[in-house]
Amino acid sequence: MARVEVEVNGTRHELEGVEPRLLLVHFLRERLGLTGTHIGCDTSSCGACTVLLDGKSVKSCTMFAVQADGRAVTTIEGLGSSAELHPMQEAFWAQHGLQCGFCTTGMIMSAVDLLRRIPNPSEGEIRAGLEGNLCRCTGYENIVAAVRAAAAALAAMETPKTIGELVEVGGR
Amino acid sequence: MESDGSTFEREGDGMIPTTFNYFRPHSIEEALLLLRQGEAAKILAGGQSLIPMMKLRVAEPKTLIDLQGVPELAHVTWAGGHCTVGSLTSHATLAADADLRQKAGALWDAANGLGDPQVRNLGTIGGACAHADPSGDYPAVMLALDACFIVAGEKTREVAAAEFFKGTFETALGAGEILTKITFDAAPRSAYVKLEHAASHYALVGVAVVLVMSRDTIEDARIAITGLADVPFRASGVERSLRGVKGNNVAAIKSACAGAAAGQDVRGDIQASSAYRTAMADIVAARAVRVATDPR
Amino acid sequence: MAPSAMVGARIRRREDPRLITGRATYVDDVKLVGMVHAAFIRSPYAHAKILRLQMAKAKAHPGVLAVFSGADLHAAGMTASLPVAHKLPDLKTPPHYPLAVDEVRFVGEAVAVIVASDPYVARDAAELVEVEYDELPVVVDLEKATTSGAPLVHAALGTNVAYAMPFKAGDPDGAFASADVVVERRLINQRLAPVPIETRGVVAQWDAGAGRVTIHSSTQIPHLLRTQLSLVLGLAENKVRAIAPEVGGGFGSKLNVYAEEAVVAWLAMRLGRPVKWSETRSECFQAMIHGRDQIDDCEIAAKRDGTITGLRVRILANLGAYHQLLTPVIPTLTLLMAPGCYRIANVDIEVKGVFTNTMSTDAYRGAGRPEATYLIERLMDLVARKLELDPADVRRRNFIEPSAFPFTTSTGLTYDSGDYANTMEKALQLADYRGLRTRQAALRKEGRFLGIGLSTYVEVCGMGPSAAMPAAGWDSATIRVEPTGSVTVLTGISPHGQGEETTFAQLVADELGIPIDNIAVVHGDTDIVQYGVGTFGSRGTAVGGSALKLAIETIQAKAIRIAAHQWEANPDDVEYRDGKIGVPTDPSKSMTTAEAGFLAFMGDKLPPGLEPGLDATRRFEPPNFVYPFGTHVCVVEIDSETGQVKIVRYVAVDDCGKVLNPMIVEGQVHGGIAQGMAQALYEEVVYDEYGQLLTGTLMDYAIPHAEQVPHFELDRTVTETTVNPLGVKGVGEAGTIGSTPAVVNAVMDALAPFGVEHIDMPLRPEKLWKAMGPRSNGKVTA
Repeated sequence: MARVEVEVNGTRHELEGVEPRLLLVHFLRERLGLTGTHIGCDTSSCGACTVLLDGKSVKSCTMFAVQADGRAVTTIEGLGSSAELHPMQEAFWAQHGLQCGFCTTGMIMSAVDLLRRIPNPSEGEIRAGLEGNLCRCTGYENIVAAVRAAAAALAAMETPKTIGELVEVGGR
Repeated sequence: MESDGSTFEREGDGMIPTTFNYFRPHSIEEALLLLRQGEAAKILAGGQSLIPMMKLRVAEPKTLIDLQGVPELAHVTWAGGHCTVGSLTSHATLAADADLRQKAGALWDAANGLGDPQVRNLGTIGGACAHADPSGDYPAVMLALDACFIVAGEKTREVAAAEFFKGTFETALGAGEILTKITFDAAPRSAYVKLEHAASHYALVGVAVVLVMSRDTIEDARIAITGLADVPFRASGVERSLRGVKGNNVAAIKSACAGAAAGQDVRGDIQASSAYRTAMADIVAARAVRVATDPR
Repeated sequence: MAPSAMVGARIRRREDPRLITGRATYVDDVKLVGMVHAAFIRSPYAHAKILRLQMAKAKAHPGVLAVFSGADLHAAGMTASLPVAHKLPDLKTPPHYPLAVDEVRFVGEAVAVIVASDPYVARDAAELVEVEYDELPVVVDLEKATTSGAPLVHAALGTNVAYAMPFKAGDPDGAFASADVVVERRLINQRLAPVPIETRGVVAQWDAGAGRVTIHSSTQIPHLLRTQLSLVLGLAENKVRAIAPEVGGGFGSKLNVYAEEAVVAWLAMRLGRPVKWSETRSECFQAMIHGRDQIDDCEIAAKRDGTITGLRVRILANLGAYHQLLTPVIPTLTLLMAPGCYRIANVDIEVKGVFTNTMSTDAYRGAGRPEATYLIERLMDLVARKLELDPADVRRRNFIEPSAFPFTTSTGLTYDSGDYANTMEKALQLADYRGLRTRQAALRKEGRFLGIGLSTYVEVCGMGPSAAMPAAGWDSATIRVEPTGSVTVLTGISPHGQGEETTFAQLVADELGIPIDNIAVVHGDTDIVQYGVGTFGSRGTAVGGSALKLAIETIQAKAIRIAAHQWEANPDDVEYRDGKIGVPTDPSKSMTTAEAGFLAFMGDKLPPGLEPGLDATRRFEPPNFVYPFGTHVCVVEIDSETGQVKIVRYVAVDDCGKVLNPMIVEGQVHGGIAQGMAQALYEEVVYDEYGQLLTGTLMDYAIPHAEQVPHFELDRTVTETTVNPLGVKGVGEAGTIGSTPAVVNAVMDALAPFGVEHIDMPLRPEKLWKAMGPRSNGKVTA
C-alpha cells in the first residue's frame, strides 16, 4: 500500500493505503468522489476519463494513482462550476456540443488542452486535436463549433491570457 | 495504447491489473538496483504501452519501477549534427519541437501521429521503443535514422537500431537493463508516413525515409517499414533503386518503391490482408520519399 | 395554439449545466452504503456444454461474499426466461436464462456471477472460477445456419429458423415477367455494435423492511424494465422500483431487459446489500445487443423509362443465439419499409429469422429501417446505372406524389404526409448537383475519382399505435401546477440525450405562460412518474410530447373554469391567449396559469363541483406511425492508390414535420448521419468461424472520431403530420437511416469508371483497392 499526496482541483489530498494498482480514474471517482470523470472503455481509446495532469491532458484510466503523487490534477469539477462556467463549458452549452453528456467531460478537458497547444485552431486542427476522444451522439459537428467558439471567447478575453492560467484560476 | 489488440491473446476484461509493488527511484543506479532485486520487475515510463497490457493482464509484473523520479532522462540535446534524446522524453515534447521537424522530420512526423494527444502527453520515446510493437511507429523511424540505443545495466552499452528490435514485443534489452538515451545524426531530408488502422490508429503500413540528397538528386536512402512483419525492416531494394532518382520525378520514385516489402512474411488481419499491406508498402514508401525530398 | 416565443427557438438545453460540470449522476456514480460489486464469468466458447463449475477457490478469496452459477439461480427458484415482446404467430422461443444453466451459445454468455467488497477483488476472484466445458459444433454463418445438417443453436427446436414471414401484394410475378429490365443483387447489411460511450451498469438495492427492490439501470425503458423484472424476479410490480439515472447514450441498445439487470437485482435481494455492476467495454462488445446483420437477396423490375414495377426481397436476418426483447421483430420492419418513398405496387418479400452462435441482434438506431432504405436506395442506383439514367431522374419518376397522402403502401403501411420531390430538389440545389456532375467529369479526365451519392429516404417512427407494436405504444405526461406557481412535468418517456427536458419545457412555457426556469421536467423513476413506455423508435416528442400537449389542454380547460368563476364570466367566453387566461371582449380580465394554480390550491374559490388542485395526467395513443423523410447527398473522392474514401461534402435536407427546437433537431441529424456513415465506411462486428469475437475492443471496432467525420450542411423542409396534435415527426433515427446508402452510392458512383457496381459494407480501403484492380491508376478513361 502506498501513500499518495496529490493536488486535485487546487486542494491538497494526502491518502494512505492506496493500492499501487489503483488507476487514477478510480482514485478520483471512488476515493475523492469526483465522478465527473467517466470510464468509457478499457483500451485507452475513448478519452471519457481525460483529466489534466500538471495542465496537460491525460487518460486517467491509463495511469496509476501513485504516478500522480506530487503532481496536480484538474478534473471537470475543478474547471468551472454551474455558477462560473469555464469558457469551454460555456461554449459546449451554447453550441449544443453535447447530447447524452457522457463523453463531454473528457471532451471538454481535451479541448482545453488543445487550446493550450493551439490557441486559434482550424477546423482540421480541432478534429485532429480531439482524436483521443470518442463521441457517439453529436457527429462532432457542434463539438468543433464549440471549440471554435471557446477559442474566440478566450482570444477576446484580456486576462487571463492563456488557457493554462485559466485552468489554474478554475482550480483554485 | 501501443500494442495491436490482435497480436496478443486477450485474457482479462481489460480494466483491472494484478497487484504489484511500486517504486520510484531517484537515479538510474537506484533503478537498476531495484530492477535486479525486484521480483518480475518492469520499468514504468509513461505507461501508455505497459498499463493497457497490465489491465488486460497480458503483462503481470510484480514490481514496477517508475522512472519519473529521474527527470534527467527527459531531454533533447543537439551537439553539432548529432542528437541525443532521453528515453523519458514524451511524444508531445518531440511533437512540439520545431527544431526537430527541420533536423529529423521522420521522428517529428512519428511523434505527431502516434496515439492521440493524451497518449502523447504521457507516453515516452523510450517506453514505446522498449515495447517494440510490430505496428509501432518509432521502430521504423529508429531504423531509418540508424539510431543508437544507449542501455544502462551492469555496464553501459550501445545497441544499433538494427540490433535492437528482435521480435514482436521483444528487444535486445536484458532483464536488468534500462534504455536511457537514443542518439542519431541529423536527417534534414526525412519523413515518416503511415496508413492507419481505422480503429486503433496503429500503422497498417508505416514507412520512415531518410534521404541524402545532392541538389535535387537522391544520393542515398534509408527506408524502414513497420506494420508488416514481426520487426521493422529496411527495404534495401528500394534504397538501391532510389539512388540517382530526381526528387521531383514522381514516376521514378514510384517505380523505385515497387516491391518495398519483397521477401517479407507480411501479416494480414480483418482490417488489411497481407496482399493489401504489401501493395501499400510501395505506395506509402513513395509518398514518404516525396515528403522527404523537400526541406521540412 | 398560442403564438410561440419558445417553441421553434434555439433554446439552450436545460440538462446541460449538470452535464458540462461533471455533476450529473450516471449509474456508475451511484454509491450506496454497504454497496458490494458484481463481476460476471463469461463463456469463452461460442457453443459448449457446461460440465462443471469449480467456485470454491473464488468463494474462499478474501473479500468475496458469494459466487453463484446458473444452476444455483435455478435451484433458488429463479427459473424464468428473459422476455421477448412480439406478435409473430409461429415464433420459436427457446428458453433464455439470465445465467446459462447447462449450455452456452455465444461467446460472452454469463455462466456465473461473483460478488465482492470491491471491483478489484471481484476481478481477481473471477480468475479463480474454473469452468469445464465440452465444446459443441458452432454455427456462425447465416446462410449455413439455414441448411440441413447445420449445427443447431438450440437442439430442442430442431431448426435454426426461428420464424419465416412471407408477404406478397399485387402481381409481382407478372411484373417481373413483363419488365424491361430486372436488376438482381445481394446486399449484405453487416452486423454493428451500438457502442454508447456509457456501457451498461446496474445498482440494485433491497429494502428488506418494505420487501422492495430498487434497480438503477442505464436503460431507455424504466417502466417496461420494472414490469419485466417483476415477472422474472417473481415480485409484485409494486415491489419493484426502476430508476434510469443519467443515461450515457442508448441508440436502442438499452431498450432491453438484460440478464445482468435481473441477476444484479436478484443478488441484492439474496444478499441484502446494495450490489453494483459496471460493464467493461470488452463485456459490452460481447454481451450488449448488436444491430443489423441481414443478407438481403433483392430483385427489382423496371420499365425502360425507369418506372419501378416490382420488388422481390429475401431477407435472411441473423437473430443471434437468443431472443432479446425485440430481436425477432426488428427484421420485419425491413419488410414493411422496403418500398421506400416509391410507388411499388407489386412486391414479394420474405423475412427469415435465424439463430446463430452469436450475441443477439436487436434495436440499433434505425432498427430494421436502415436495412430497408439501404436496399431500396442501392437498387434505385443500380437501376439508374443499368438504364443509363441519372439516379435523381429515376427517383423523380417513382416518388409518391404529395397529393397521394395519406398513402397506403403495398406492404400495408399508411404514410401520413410527405413531399419527397421537394426535399430532393432542395438538396440537389444546395449541393449544386449539376455543378458536381460537371466537376466529376472534369476530374475523371485528370485521373481523379469523385463520386456523388443520393439517398431519398422515408422511415417509420413515432412508435407507435399500440395495435401495431409488440407491446404498448402510447405514452403519458403529467403536469402539476404547484401552489406557488412553478410547474412540474412528469413524462413517461426516458430521454438520454434527446433534450426533452428542454423541448417539453418550451412547449409548456408557451402554452401555459410559465417562465421556462419555473418548469421542471422529471423522468426516469417509476416511483415518481406515472407509467410510460420510454424513449426509442423516435417517439419521444411524437408520442410523449403529444401526451404533454393533451395534458396542457386539460390544465388550460380547468384554469379557464377557475378564472371564469372568479370573474363571474361564462367559461365559454374565457380563453387562453399568449399563455394567459383572459376574456377577448374585456381586456381588463387577465389571469396567469400560476394564479389559477394558486386558487386551485386554496380550494375555497372554485366553482361548485370542481376539485381542488391544478394538475393533469394524460396519455396519447397514436392513431398511426409518423413518416419523416429527406434527401441526403454525399460527395466522396477516392484515393485510387490506397482505396481510401474521403467525404468531400455532405448535404442533408430532412423533413421531420414541425420543429420545436431546431438546435436539438440538427444535433440529432448530425449524430445520426455520423452513425450511418460509419456503417458505410468503418464499422463491422466480426466473429470468426468458431464464434470468437474479433472486434471486441475499441482498438478493433472502429467508431469514428472527429477526423473521420465530415462537416455536415443541413437544411429542412416542414411537412406537418396530422397523426398527432403537435404536427411533429421523429428525428432520432432519420439521419442514420438516410446516410448509409448516400455514402455507399457515392462511392459506387466514384468507382463507375472501373466498372464496379457494388461492394459490401463497410467500404474498407482494401475492398475498393481490390475492386479497382491492382494497376488501375491512370488506366481508366472517364
